[in-house]
Amino acid sequence: MEIHGWGRYPTVNADIDEPVDALSLSQLLQVQDQQQPAIPRGAGRSYGDSALAERVISSRFLDHFVKFDDAAGEIVCASGVTLEQILQISVPKGWFLPVVPGTRFVTVGGAIASDVHGKNHHLDGCFSEFVKSIGVMLASGETVQCSHTRQKNLFRATCGGMGLTGVILQATLKLSRIESAFIKQTALPAANLDEIFTLFEENAHSKYSVAWLDCLAKGKNLGRSLLYLGEHATDNNLELQDSFSVSVPFHSPGFLLNKYSIGVFNSGYFNLNKRGNGDKQLHYENYFFPLDRIHHWNRLYGRKGFLQYQFVIPTETAKEGISSVLREVSNKGKGSFLTVLKKMGQQNKNFLSFPLDGYTLALDFKYEQSLLPLLDRLDEIVLAHDGKFYLAKDARMNEQTFKQAYPEWEKFMKVRNQVDPDDRFTSLQARRLGLVSAPNGDRHVQ
Amino acid sequence: MSSEAKKVFIVGATSAIAKETARVYARRGCDLYLVARNENQLKSLTDDLKVRGASRVSFSVADLNHFNQHAQLVGQAAEFLQGLDIALICHGSLPDQQASEKSFELAQHEINTNGLSVISMLTELAEVFINQRQGTIAVITSVAGDRGRQSNYVYGSAKAMVSTYLQGLRGRLLPFNVHVVDIRPGFVDSPMTARFKKGPLWSSPIKIAGIIVKSIERKRHTVYAPFYWGIIMFAVRIIPEFLFKRIKF
Repeated sequence: MEIHGWGRYPTVNADIDEPVDALSLSQLLQVQDQQQPAIPRGAGRSYGDSALAERVISSRFLDHFVKFDDAAGEIVCASGVTLEQILQISVPKGWFLPVVPGTRFVTVGGAIASDVHGKNHHLDGCFSEFVKSIGVMLASGETVQCSHTRQKNLFRATCGGMGLTGVILQATLKLSRIESAFIKQTALPAANLDEIFTLFEENAHSKYSVAWLDCLAKGKNLGRSLLYLGEHATDNNLELQDSFSVSVPFHSPGFLLNKYSIGVFNSGYFNLNKRGNGDKQLHYENYFFPLDRIHHWNRLYGRKGFLQYQFVIPTETAKEGISSVLREVSNKGKGSFLTVLKKMGQQNKNFLSFPLDGYTLALDFKYEQSLLPLLDRLDEIVLAHDGKFYLAKDARMNEQTFKQAYPEWEKFMKVRNQVDPDDRFTSLQARRLGLVSAPNGDRHVQ
Repeated sequence: MSSEAKKVFIVGATSAIAKETARVYARRGCDLYLVARNENQLKSLTDDLKVRGASRVSFSVADLNHFNQHAQLVGQAAEFLQGLDIALICHGSLPDQQASEKSFELAQHEINTNGLSVISMLTELAEVFINQRQGTIAVITSVAGDRGRQSNYVYGSAKAMVSTYLQGLRGRLLPFNVHVVDIRPGFVDSPMTARFKKGPLWSSPIKIAGIIVKSIERKRHTVYAPFYWGIIMFAVRIIPEFLFKRIKF
């Protein structure tokens, strides 16, 4: 079956295994002996090729809850459970996931493997900070429990490890107390990059913060943006929302998204909101997951798909690096429909986790051949500013760039060589980035 | 009945469709009693349903081809739940057609699993439901029972047997205020069909579960899941036999 990541690029023809429990997974790993290597796959929400291989192990049916302690705020579940399913159970009881990414349709296993971050990274860190323990089934079929204190190296390699250490079977997550299902949002406009950086620093105490940025604005308007701050409301309303959603039924013709339509949308959006719409109370779904209301929004980019490009640059050089990137994109006339800027906090100890103390920018581009040289150029700019790239979004970075951006890759490989010496878990991304013993195999990629 | 239904008995509870249906009832705070073969999966489903909101859940491990245990299983369920509002029969297997057309032993085993064991279970359930004079019995059959296709007729004939049985049972139980639903799913994307190539006609177990719950509430009789299988199977049924016998699907 042909599968792809959320960006719909690249695609691969894959055999899919769907184990229903630990036993069927271990049997699968045993017969897999003479077969191709496989990569674990959750909801398929990473953008590029990190959950792609000619053989994938889907966690679709590993989707059971084990225990919810609503006094202590701790939940135990299998790795295929989605964040949405957790929130539906925990919110009415006054508990929230301490870290949520931009969609609630990811699985717990995927969130750990990508060590996702949210709008509160500057204060609270990554998803793995709140993972109390995980059970990982290794290539040998043995299940190992690991945590921040137990089997530390396996834990640090697995959180952010893109599924390359084994199959995450189960996780124990810590939740945080909320008094309301609503978020108090404040929107602040910024006329340019200087202003938005100042606003981020001034509001560093704010629980949640993220900025939408008009990537086609040039000159003195470069970096004009809207900063959205959020705090949990305290109105004791813990009701779930009857989610209204629409679906994009088919691929939109790719040409609809071009620099003109994107320019009109971006400047229109900025001008509509630049007076700041002040304070507003939003349901958590609308604050954290606005795009979840449009199912299959990835189809808007047309049949060929799109690439997300997300990087982070340390605070000292962030402004300079980000403005170079924006100028380069703007000069090449490549529009990013949705551009997001965010201040991040301390780096954690995981070998391949993305965030570090600095600023991250995420851009998305419709896929076209001429895009690839631009992204290679952006890689150079980011590297020159000591930045790194988010593996959950990556589909094209080269091995050298990756190894320069992630100096701890060798520590990661040390663990990997212990737990998976025969490359039983391998993705297209891992081969491209040289995270396997036998990279660049002869397997065909479409 | 409808949304006040609180006591749900599910046979073949670890199948993908049954599991999702049980989760819908769990979210509504129902009590559930489950029967299936695999103890570990039953245990983990029990925990799962409790987290999702079920108030009381228990189970029995049983191989449903041991017909003589059926009375006891139904008795245990009725005792634990203190009566039954809904009984849902989901168990089944997908036979290897080519192997079972050559071996009667295999064919018999498949017909036992997909046909006779259901009828045995229905016999026991009918007694309980007649005595309590209310409730709904729902059975998952298949569109494969609508016509005997050469690629799948062992399975199809077992399912057809159950569907025909249900038609008669429905009439018999009507005076006792007991309703009977025959649910006929088409292609379902479940572990049972993991190795099949999927196309646009395939549905998720979650979708089928939603249809089952709604059909039970609305007291439907025969339900194609999703509805378009009703149209497809109508077309399949009206193909003249002289043509049909030449079609290899």
